[in-house]
Amino acid sequence: MNKLYEKYIKKESLPTLFCPGCGNGIIQIAAMEAMEKLGIKDEVACVSGIGCSSWIPCYYKLDVMHTMHGRALAFAEGLKLAQPDKKIVIFTGDGDSLAIGGNHLVHAAARNIDLTVVLVNNYIYGMTGGQKSPATPKGSVTKTSPFGSIDEPINGCKLVMALGASYVARWTTAHPVQLAKSIADGIDHKGFSFIEVLSQCPVQAGKSVFGEKDAATIMQRIKDNTYMHKDGKTPEKGKIPIGVFRHDETAEEYIEKIEAKLKEQGIERG
Amino acid sequence: MEKNSTGSKEVVLQGNEACAKGALYAGCRFFAGYPITPSTEIIEMMSGEMQKAGGAFIQMEDEIGSACAIIGARWGGKKAMTATSGPGYTLMQEAIGFAAVTETPIVIVNVQRGGPSTGQPTLSSQQDIYQARYGSHGDYSIIVLAPSSVQEMYDFTVRAFELAEQFRTPVILLADEVIGHMREKIKISDGSKTIRSAKQKYVVSPQADFFQGENTLVEGQLHDIMGRRIGHIATKSGEFITNINKKIDDHVDVIADIDTYFMDDADVAIVAYGSVARPAMNAVKLARGIKDDRIIPKFKILRDLFKKGVQETIQTDYSHLQVGMVKINTVWPFPEELLREATRDVDVVIVPEMNVGKYSREVERVLKDKTVIPMSKCGGDIHTPSEILDEILKEVGVDE
Repeated sequence: MNKLYEKYIKKESLPTLFCPGCGNGIIQIAAMEAMEKLGIKDEVACVSGIGCSSWIPCYYKLDVMHTMHGRALAFAEGLKLAQPDKKIVIFTGDGDSLAIGGNHLVHAAARNIDLTVVLVNNYIYGMTGGQKSPATPKGSVTKTSPFGSIDEPINGCKLVMALGASYVARWTTAHPVQLAKSIADGIDHKGFSFIEVLSQCPVQAGKSVFGEKDAATIMQRIKDNTYMHKDGKTPEKGKIPIGVFRHDETAEEYIEKIEAKLKEQGIERG
Repeated sequence: MEKNSTGSKEVVLQGNEACAKGALYAGCRFFAGYPITPSTEIIEMMSGEMQKAGGAFIQMEDEIGSACAIIGARWGGKKAMTATSGPGYTLMQEAIGFAAVTETPIVIVNVQRGGPSTGQPTLSSQQDIYQARYGSHGDYSIIVLAPSSVQEMYDFTVRAFELAEQFRTPVILLADEVIGHMREKIKISDGSKTIRSAKQKYVVSPQADFFQGENTLVEGQLHDIMGRRIGHIATKSGEFITNINKKIDDHVDVIADIDTYFMDDADVAIVAYGSVARPAMNAVKLARGIKDDRIIPKFKILRDLFKKGVQETIQTDYSHLQVGMVKINTVWPFPEELLREATRDVDVVIVPEMNVGKYSREVERVLKDKTVIPMSKCGGDIHTPSEILDEILKEVGVDE
């Protein structure tokens, strides 16, 4: 094991339950690099929900809460309010946060509470064996869309931006360096940080979304289907923008708002 | 408001307010909730009080989020509570199971209303007595307290926090609309900032909160002592389930709490819990020929009507009726031994409750040698003392 691994990974918890070729490992390392860069190992805790991506933090030598399907953000908000000076990183997936946990994502983003969400979008319900998720591309034949998915996929970045999230970025697993930087920036940023990672699931999405089993080929295809976002740049039709969409340091954070209101009202805290 | 030398003061409070005050006194410093009748006064009071006490408050987007947030906050080192009623309590069930498996000490208040579904938002019931025990999926044991007065709303809230820490378990305060909205003079600790000194003996060892350098893994899957998942290993999983049940079931003697009234010479016992224990107590007093002035209303018209009724009752001398009452304060785990002991010399047990007669089945299971009469009342009205008295008279064969 390299030094970073030794510092952050519980050896006794290995091997991970990730399938060969899964993107989770790349994201796990990117987040480790981000925490290491900031030097905040003792100040950070992770919270996750249910699904493949929610296993990412379970191998970390950190305080970790592996919670209920869709509810990671609700647990994280309680933890953050109890320990406002600490950093909380949430690992979640497209099913976990865009379907069952949609309500919590909506409200956490609207509060602009100081949490960092890493949403791993692998386009599919992987753990249950390849059913349609809210991010599955239209037309995909999955276990629960045998005639092709009819739903327009939900765009998590657009959703949280509309609600007031103050740091929003999207990368793919083919951009590990940029991803690590974004996670670090997101943790450092005081406000709701949302980082979507387009990731390969060679086993399930490979079958139903990409028609391809090879992890590297899927990664390449995901990467080729993106373009770098720049303010004012015309969107490329049929392609997905990646990059940092918003980084607003002026937006007021939720706990700061609470403190400001108490001060304004002259409430002394016991 | 009068103060005395014992560090307590007397105040008139509503049940829901008393619950909030009790939580503050117990050291609760985090509250997450969602408004729902008839529990709303608790979240209203906590919204201001938590902030003032240096804790935190959040109005969540739903009750699922509320239950999850208090678990998160507890691992952040803050004693935490939420309060709700029927529909919200149903939504919280998955999180209650999560708290049981992760051994997270939290307090959840359910001020019961009539169900099922939206049911009767403003009326009382005791229909959630089984859901409080068995609501979440899977096998776990849990502690449930049922207050029957505003004073108990305060005291039991304090005890709920103690038991939660002592047993590392979620504790349910199972109140109901009658108690939640009733106002009574009670004794509370003097000064809202007092945190009750924790003298409790731990049954389950305390665990490190987050940010103590322990790399704690809080895991909803069945796990070993290091937090490693064992869900795929049958023997270890079986042990885990046994342990989270036994830690409560083997300590009923520490948890169980009942009150007995007039049981020394009783042939008939009323077994009641929650708000129904109040009319049950009055029925016992009437049967014993004890006039209780407190049950005479203040308004003249009502008083005249009531007096007439009461006088009629009192004219009949029931003082020979040997009726007693057992009030169950810790409804779960079921206080088997205490109930058996209290009703040892009794032949007939009457169980009035505001549901289809659920708890009476449990009483029947434990008191196999007695005649157990369920006295179910559904629809939102609490039993009247005379209804319970009638049942007593029927059982002891007194012809009016």
